[in-house]
Amino acid sequence: MAEINFTVNGRAHEVEVEARTLLVHLLRDTLHLTGTHVGCDTSQCGSCTVLLNGRGVKSCTVLAVQADGAEVTTIEGIGSRGALHPLQEAFRQEHGLQCGFCTPGMIMSSIDLLAGNANPSEAEIRHALDGNLCRCTGYHNIVKAVQHAARAMAGGASAIGSE
Amino acid sequence: MTTTTAPRAPLIGSSPKRKEDGRFITGTGRYTDDINMPGQLHAAFVRSPYAHAKIRSIDSSAALAMPGIHAVITGEELKAAGVNPLPPGWLHPGIQIAEFWPLAVGQVSHVGNAVAAVLADSPALARDAADAVVVDYDEQPAVAEGVDALKPGAPQVHEKIPGNVVFRWALGDADATDTAMQGARSIVRQHLTNQRLIANAIEPRASLANYDVAADEVTLYVTSQNPHVHRLIMGAFVLGLPEHKFRVIAPDVGGGFGSKIFIYPEECVVAWASKSLGRPVKWTATRSEAFVSDAQGRDHDTHVEMAFDEGGKIVALRVRTVANLGAYLTLFAPAVPTYLYGTVMSGPYNIPAIHVEVTAAYTNTTPVDAYRGAGRPEATYALERTMDVAAHQLGIDGAELRRRNLIPKDAFPFQTAVALQYDSGNYEPALDRALAMIDYPQLRAEQAEGRTKGKYLGIGLSTYIEACGLAPSHVVGSLGAQAGLYESGVVRVHPTGKVTVLTGSHAHGQGHETTFAQIVAHELGCGIDDVEVVHGDTGRVPFGMGTYGSRSGAVGGAALFSAAQKVKEKGRKIAAHLLEAAPEDVDFADGSYFVKGSPGTSKAFGEIALAAYLAHNIPADMEPGLEATTFFNPANFVFPFGTHVAVVEVDVETGSVQLIRYVAVDDFGNVINPMIVDGQLHGGITQGASQALWEGAQYDSNGQLLTGSMMNYALPKAEFLPMFETDRTVTPSPVNPLGVKGAGEAGTIASTAAVANAVIDALAPFGITHLDMPLTPSKIWEAVNAARGGN
Repeated sequence: MAEINFTVNGRAHEVEVEARTLLVHLLRDTLHLTGTHVGCDTSQCGSCTVLLNGRGVKSCTVLAVQADGAEVTTIEGIGSRGALHPLQEAFRQEHGLQCGFCTPGMIMSSIDLLAGNANPSEAEIRHALDGNLCRCTGYHNIVKAVQHAARAMAGGASAIGSE
Repeated sequence: MTTTTAPRAPLIGSSPKRKEDGRFITGTGRYTDDINMPGQLHAAFVRSPYAHAKIRSIDSSAALAMPGIHAVITGEELKAAGVNPLPPGWLHPGIQIAEFWPLAVGQVSHVGNAVAAVLADSPALARDAADAVVVDYDEQPAVAEGVDALKPGAPQVHEKIPGNVVFRWALGDADATDTAMQGARSIVRQHLTNQRLIANAIEPRASLANYDVAADEVTLYVTSQNPHVHRLIMGAFVLGLPEHKFRVIAPDVGGGFGSKIFIYPEECVVAWASKSLGRPVKWTATRSEAFVSDAQGRDHDTHVEMAFDEGGKIVALRVRTVANLGAYLTLFAPAVPTYLYGTVMSGPYNIPAIHVEVTAAYTNTTPVDAYRGAGRPEATYALERTMDVAAHQLGIDGAELRRRNLIPKDAFPFQTAVALQYDSGNYEPALDRALAMIDYPQLRAEQAEGRTKGKYLGIGLSTYIEACGLAPSHVVGSLGAQAGLYESGVVRVHPTGKVTVLTGSHAHGQGHETTFAQIVAHELGCGIDDVEVVHGDTGRVPFGMGTYGSRSGAVGGAALFSAAQKVKEKGRKIAAHLLEAAPEDVDFADGSYFVKGSPGTSKAFGEIALAAYLAHNIPADMEPGLEATTFFNPANFVFPFGTHVAVVEVDVETGSVQLIRYVAVDDFGNVINPMIVDGQLHGGITQGASQALWEGAQYDSNGQLLTGSMMNYALPKAEFLPMFETDRTVTPSPVNPLGVKGAGEAGTIASTAAVANAVIDALAPFGITHLDMPLTPSKIWEAVNAARGGN
């Protein structure tokens, strides 16, 4: 067992983990942050995407011990029903989700994209979401949602992860 | 009375944002794997590495000696405890049913066949111990392809089923078809395969069962599209759990596409183990397990013969198909390549004589069942691909050939040669609109110009119909379905006027919480936030049949519309009583009852609801309360139709294909929420296009799945796709009071053929008239290279 100290959604945690524990399982099973999903076992689907020190990572491909000392942000940490992040609002406005399972990962990857490119082209959005699979939407409305959020954020809406 | 008039504005036909999105975008959705119970054990399954083997012995001793291990369960143990095989839900005369045990008994028949279950304190411990269970297999010869399984001398998948034939099935008039073929001017023949697909809903299957000793009741959370069907089949047929002591909850479900209709071995084991051990038991599939254990889709090998007269009109159609159903029959498997396939073989065309023959084969592969579209994409692909081959052969433009054969709008109701009666349709405007949107003549000119410069554009059409809104119960019953396909709906008005709606449909992405609220709110004159839609819980919702076959709006929505009408009628009687008027003199509009011609004399709906529950002053012969239930049993299928056009560019030097435009014009009748319908279409188009270009399950000749992960099974990504251009025509369905048709599968049904046709069209200059899907770069490059005389 190993002891790690890290911050999740602004809250400090000190936890003991088995060395083989993946970050996604620590988040889901120990911290009960079930908004981060597991859709595959080969790092293809991107449902488990979170921000690690501000950058998007697939939390199924990070050992929990690698997050020692890090700041992790999950879907639960970017906004709430009463105060949505611009990307959360944009996904709702543009019908960028159907079953909702890939959605947290899509939103976290999109935050990572917009943090580095505030006004991406359609092609850049599609390329940036290469590591996130959606089986419901055909991506059409996801692309529109990211464009919508980019416009909203350029207009002054706040954005976590944009530092 | 005006309250039963068909709905128009404002809520039906508008696109409010989805009520369910709040939880999904904030990470507070509740999927099965998100649920945990105190004291729960975790299951892991031991699975066969062989496609076909006899089980000599299973040694669990090493696994049981490991820390945190509570039990190892085998098939023999379940059988001895009285557990039964999983039954198929649709039977044909002469069908041969192989026993599908929740855990293998005596033999395994496909790679991934569950052999034993290990229960442990954590998923990791369960997995470790599953790897320590020693199964002594006696490997047997295997067969993976349906056509191979039917050859003389093929390996026998099941000893008691000679020749691996599940059933032979035919539809249509063989003699009339033969006669018409003999008299035809020309016959176009095409052999084609419709490759096997793997659904890959992004949420893997999962189940969590809890046995409540005090109540003697099992509660099962499961990734299901139809929880009541799960309860019925598992309770009555497999486990022997009485329905009133067995509750099935399908909470948020992360996509289904058919794969979560079926009752699977794992959830049966989980439910049984929970009761047997007296502990909650949980299992969540890994994606690797999903690839070998989720029912797969399609897998047809088909010969088409299409006969034409001198005017380019189809006079006869003969289709012979071998359907590979895999190792066992899951719930809908026998229906998919038969009644969901042969019955739509007329497409949108007037074809006087049709004969369809299907032979279904057992193979040593994962079972095959309904996958988005289920039979109808296979039929549409066979028909539309052959139409393009015919257009090429006859020297008639593909759009023109289709137009000549469309059923004219004054021919409805139209009796096809394959059993269905299309009740409504008007096909030509959709074709015209799609061709206009794509600017067909201009595009053909660009194509011709491009070819002179080494640029290979392809234009592919698909004119389709589908039969959905499953289904008229008496019809499907006469065809072998073991249950009717009606739907339940309850509208429960609370004393304050707020409304709870219960539906037997189940949403796993379709947005029922919004569209069903729209239907009821529209009828009762309230807002959609005043209506809560409850689904997916047999403990709360009356018996219902669930969601598949694009049925929820046309059947489930119709049930709710009807229940809302009943509520409104009861309200009218209460209002008349309070307003001291005759019920026929009371009207309802904008959430109020009023005396006709005297709108000032009115009662708000909420006042009526309160009066109904206070019951101090209601008509003497009336029961208190304001609630109604409808079981809606449709009189016919609904028949969406449309024209899709795909435009691709093929780089013949590399074989790569870029889908550059996609136009879809569909007719879903009246549309409740256009935003949601468009979303369904986008996803459907993508899945169909993906079959044409990328996806395909590959087994080797020993039955090993070579495409067993997302690393080697190509799912569509954002970068592969364009924005979709959609439009609609509106021909309301006459079989339900909303005039709606299903929209969940149409995109998939139409798009595979449109995209495949576009690629082959691009390759026409090389004399290529057909390639089997998926149309991968290597396949295209090889065909072009061969056409150029290379080797």
